[in-house]
Amino acid sequence: MGQMVRAISRRSFVLGVSLALAMVGSFGATSAWSGQAVILSTTTSTQDSGLLDVLVPLFEKKTGYSVKTISVGTGQALALAAKGEADVCLVHAPDSEKKYVADGLLVNRRLVMHNDFLIVGPATDPAKIKGMASAVEAMQRIAEAKGTFVSRGDNSGTHQLEKKLWQEAKVTPEGAWYLQAGQGMGATLGIGSEKQGYVLTDRATFLAFTKRVQLVPLVERDRILLNIYSVLEPNPAKFPRLNATGGKAFADFMVSAEVQDIVRTFGVDKFGEPLFFPDAGKREESL
Amino acid sequence: MELIWQGILEALRLILSGDPGVLRITWLSIQISGMATLLSLVVGVPAGVGLALARFPGRGLLVALANTGMGLPPVVVGLFVSIFLWRSGPLGTLELLYTPAAIVIAQFVIAAPIVIGLTVAAMQQLNPKLRLQFMGLGASRGQVLWLLMREARLPLLAAVMAGFGGVISEVGASMMVGGNLLGQTRVLTTATVLETGKGNFDVAIALSVILLALVFGVNYLLTWIQQRGRTS
Repeated sequence: MGQMVRAISRRSFVLGVSLALAMVGSFGATSAWSGQAVILSTTTSTQDSGLLDVLVPLFEKKTGYSVKTISVGTGQALALAAKGEADVCLVHAPDSEKKYVADGLLVNRRLVMHNDFLIVGPATDPAKIKGMASAVEAMQRIAEAKGTFVSRGDNSGTHQLEKKLWQEAKVTPEGAWYLQAGQGMGATLGIGSEKQGYVLTDRATFLAFTKRVQLVPLVERDRILLNIYSVLEPNPAKFPRLNATGGKAFADFMVSAEVQDIVRTFGVDKFGEPLFFPDAGKREESL
Repeated sequence: MELIWQGILEALRLILSGDPGVLRITWLSIQISGMATLLSLVVGVPAGVGLALARFPGRGLLVALANTGMGLPPVVVGLFVSIFLWRSGPLGTLELLYTPAAIVIAQFVIAAPIVIGLTVAAMQQLNPKLRLQFMGLGASRGQVLWLLMREARLPLLAAVMAGFGGVISEVGASMMVGGNLLGQTRVLTTATVLETGKGNFDVAIALSVILLALVFGVNYLLTWIQQRGRTS
């Protein structure tokens, strides 16, 4: 019996070792990168829309850099770049961006594109906001009616805009009607649909989810609802370990004529309308 | 319900058609979690055997720490490993953040206490007289250890299963230290989160089904080895 056990354990030992070696061996192959890495911190919305899946490979092919795209909420994406942990960031929270630029942590803020936000909600529209021209007044009315509102609650660009709307509406959102999801846009829309509440969403994500959620557009096309994306680079003077050249190359790429052309038509085939509008070289006030 | 069926059908389609994206993600998950489990065995089994058999001051505290570590929240591990691996962190010069190696490190930290804790338990459930008997039969120190571990091989394999099962299904740490990079650090769990975020629920369900099948497959293999060792 002992012999048999020994034989079996020897066999499983050999099996284990060869499995381990196979794993270690192919490890090098999968993690092999060509060129130097550029760390891009960006928002979940740019990745979820699929735009970066088109642009990043193009950039890698043109420049030989490899890009590591870290998709997080805009708050975190900016914070990572402002610590020098990312080499470039593509974000959509103009007020925060300007603060980081004023503090000298981020430099070279350039407009890339915009799309817009809209307030969606249940078709029954208990707060009666449908068709209102002012998003701020709509938010006021939701608060007065204590209509269920589902907030991202994650300090993302969308959440920052929502806080700005509440502020301008002079409302402190609290109470049982105000839910904080702490999750991405898609998940928040899902919660909004289940709870039949109002949600502030970007158009790209809403278009992607429109079949899955029972929410309809209620307030849109207000200027304050513009969703403006910019590229920013960390200040190379502050962060010695930065890949500043690579970061700048990516930022330059995003505002290049070629990328702007791709942005102009991206999403038309799938959604029947473009998801983003190119803005390179424009001034924020002119949008 | 229809969605779940769709997901299962999609899973079958992805597996049967050998979708290269899904295969790569699955293989990467196996590699990363396999490597992390392997490392945690290399460190955890000797540490666990030592803790079970040796007697020294502070031993109780260490065992308690290992047992606490078995429930270490992956996001906490992810956060601390991230901070250590940041460019501005103590290990920043290694440039490991957002690489498969970073996930291996985080998963190792998660799995090692599980392996240590279960190894201690496995060794301590052996009859203490066994050790004296082996020594009485003239076995050397190394031989005694080997024989004791062989006696405890059934619970030890359970430690391997628990460790592997723990890390392959964890998402928090992999997301934070790996960054969910396509082709580099996107594993089954982080891909599931991403596809759910995109609203591709059928693909997300498909990935979940693959993950479940994988965990089942590995555990089945290990259970087979475990039970076979017992009947012979």
